[in-house]
Amino acid sequence: MKRLATVTVAAVMAAAPVMADLVFPSLSYRTGAYAAGGIPFADGYADYMTLLNERDGGIGGVMTRILECETGYNTEKGVECYEATKGEGSLVYQPLSTGITYQLIPKVTADGIPMHTMGYGRTSAANGKVFSNVFNYPANYWNGASLVVNHLLDINGGDIKGKKLSLVYHNSGYGKEPIRTFEELASKHGFELTLLAVDHPGQEQKSQWLQIRRERPDYVTMWGWGVMNAVAIQEAANIKFPMENFIGVWWSGSENAVLPAGDGAHGYKAITFHNVGSDFPVFDDLAKYVLDTGKAAGAGDQIGTAIYNRGFYAAMLAAEAVKTAQKIHGVADITPAMMRDGMEALEITEAVMTDLGMPNFGPSFKVSCENHGGPGTGAVAQWDATNKKWSLISDFAESDMSVIQPLIDADSAAYAAENSMETRCN
Amino acid sequence: MIYRESGDFSETYPADSQTFPIKFDRYRYYAVLVVAFLIIPFFINDYWANAILVPFLIYAIAAIGLNILVGYCGQVSLGTGGFMAVGAYACYKLMTAFPDISIVLHILISGGITAAVVTLFGLPSLRIKGFYLAVATLAAQFFLVWLFNRVAWFYNYSASGQINAPDRTVFGYLVTGPNTEAWAKYMICLVFLTFAGIIARNMTRGSLGRKWSAIRDMDIAAEIIGVNPLSAKLSAFAISGFFIGISGALFFSVYLGAVEVGEAFGIQKSFLVLFMIIIGGLGSIFGSFAGAAFMVLLPVLLKNILVGGLGWDTALAAHLEFIIVGALIIVFLIAEPHGLAQLWRIAKEKLRLWPFPH
Repeated sequence: MKRLATVTVAAVMAAAPVMADLVFPSLSYRTGAYAAGGIPFADGYADYMTLLNERDGGIGGVMTRILECETGYNTEKGVECYEATKGEGSLVYQPLSTGITYQLIPKVTADGIPMHTMGYGRTSAANGKVFSNVFNYPANYWNGASLVVNHLLDINGGDIKGKKLSLVYHNSGYGKEPIRTFEELASKHGFELTLLAVDHPGQEQKSQWLQIRRERPDYVTMWGWGVMNAVAIQEAANIKFPMENFIGVWWSGSENAVLPAGDGAHGYKAITFHNVGSDFPVFDDLAKYVLDTGKAAGAGDQIGTAIYNRGFYAAMLAAEAVKTAQKIHGVADITPAMMRDGMEALEITEAVMTDLGMPNFGPSFKVSCENHGGPGTGAVAQWDATNKKWSLISDFAESDMSVIQPLIDADSAAYAAENSMETRCN
Repeated sequence: MIYRESGDFSETYPADSQTFPIKFDRYRYYAVLVVAFLIIPFFINDYWANAILVPFLIYAIAAIGLNILVGYCGQVSLGTGGFMAVGAYACYKLMTAFPDISIVLHILISGGITAAVVTLFGLPSLRIKGFYLAVATLAAQFFLVWLFNRVAWFYNYSASGQINAPDRTVFGYLVTGPNTEAWAKYMICLVFLTFAGIIARNMTRGSLGRKWSAIRDMDIAAEIIGVNPLSAKLSAFAISGFFIGISGALFFSVYLGAVEVGEAFGIQKSFLVLFMIIIGGLGSIFGSFAGAAFMVLLPVLLKNILVGGLGWDTALAAHLEFIIVGALIIVFLIAEPHGLAQLWRIAKEKLRLWPFPH
């Protein structure tokens, strides 16, 4: 026990240099059943921060530091990682796991550290009146569900009455989140919804796809992650389900989900809240300052993939929030509390993104005290198996907030009542 | 030299049959209690509580529970994860339904509910044995996880199926929720573990424990000498379930605060606790502690050395961790199939004779 204490103390001392820096903890998972999604995100996140250090000398003159901790998508390890990193001035947590997010929401709020759960986590955290330290801009699961249905409306000329939609979902908090919204939308638009749960880790889906084969739904949508995505697309290809009628959420829209199915995956669609591909000026800088100097995170082979771009985008939003915080408080070496203020005052415009070399990479939006959820816009991407790339087949469009906002208000009010909290921003 | 019986005279029957007959052992036990209750709470910080000590204490309770069933009574169980989930969900339902009642009572009642459920799943043990019983408990594991996922009543119809522990206090100090002090978390787990340890130790030394051991060693012979297999087996299931339920309730309410059944109480949890008692030592209370310490502390220690100390890549360290822990388990089991508790026993035997082994 004593030796353990010495080693731990020594380890903490060794890992904590004295100079000022902006610490970005990266609770990544490069191992386990979900590593296929965890690796590109962590690489993108780290590479953007490295780019800022190499090209601009950090943010506002202060260097950034990525503090990586392996969670393996496991909540217990997530807690260990959080406790190990929070003392080092960690500015913002992005756990990339809905389970760990639920875990950390009360903890970060108590510790005064912000958390950004972009396109995942607890959807009702979009209500800043209740969730002071949690942000999920620019889009959340419920926007995703609505975007899927909007796409179906688009391709059916606005009428999907009587159509059958099956939701194949990861049987966890993550997969269950959109069900409520889909049910509301089903009653609003008059389509029929079937729910098909897939248990962790998702390698076993024969019975679900047998059911789809028997019931012949018009459309299938998927809330999958990790190995589950690739298996589902393979199964869909095996039963010759028309791929253009199979629409995944953004977490099911990555290269490693479609590549294993080969040509069978051609035409598969996924919604996304940011742009795809590496055809942006910033990637030239990335090649020059990070890739060619051998400073890329991981194996450096993920650049331009869908989830790498998402990690990259998350890091960009974090860095912009740091700049905003530096401007508000007039200090370069900001604290987590200042970071929170910066995130709440964040404004991303087309001009800002063009300046960063990322024109039209994501939506323009403004975060406010009440709205931590952003605009909730998204587009549909389609997989081209011959050229092995994603391309957008629609513009970034609004989701149906008339359905989503009441759900957000109800769920966040329930949370506030459960924890007897006062609402903010009044 | 100091570790021996001679010179320590028992003058009463209770003194003769006490848990630690050797004086040195007794003082060592008191010393551990003093350190645990009076010293650690004053020095503990968030990292030590949340990442190391609280999980260790909670897993130790679960390991004691499973050890009663598997180690003492010989009934193999692969349902520990599901049974912990029963404790966690019972605690959640009680906490949200009766917010004014003390959390301590909730945890104890959760243990009681789990005991009832485990006894129910223990009924097949009267007809089937060994591997077949393992399969029956495996079914319990999958059934319970499915149940808590499927029936929305258990998670109060929340959108994601997650359960969250609200703030609760003991003697005015918060013990659950995000604002809990490290020492309070540690103390509530420690108190439960201490009672669990004392109760389990005395039960296994008494007539009930002897009945369990008789059933474990040869059930037909036990029946012939007058042990009722029905009451012996079912009492083992019930008492084991009680401890496992308490550990599940603490795991959810004090340690994690938010839980998702498939992720937190899956089949891996059943195996983890089973590995703890196999490595620690079947049929030994000390073994439960040693096994829990081994399985909880070693990965954290390795992570801190490899990533924190040596600055290695996190993925490489995580993979190496699996290899090292796995290899150590194999080495331990080859070197000492009866677990860490047996190593401890051998060490004590040697110490008694030291320095004159002949």
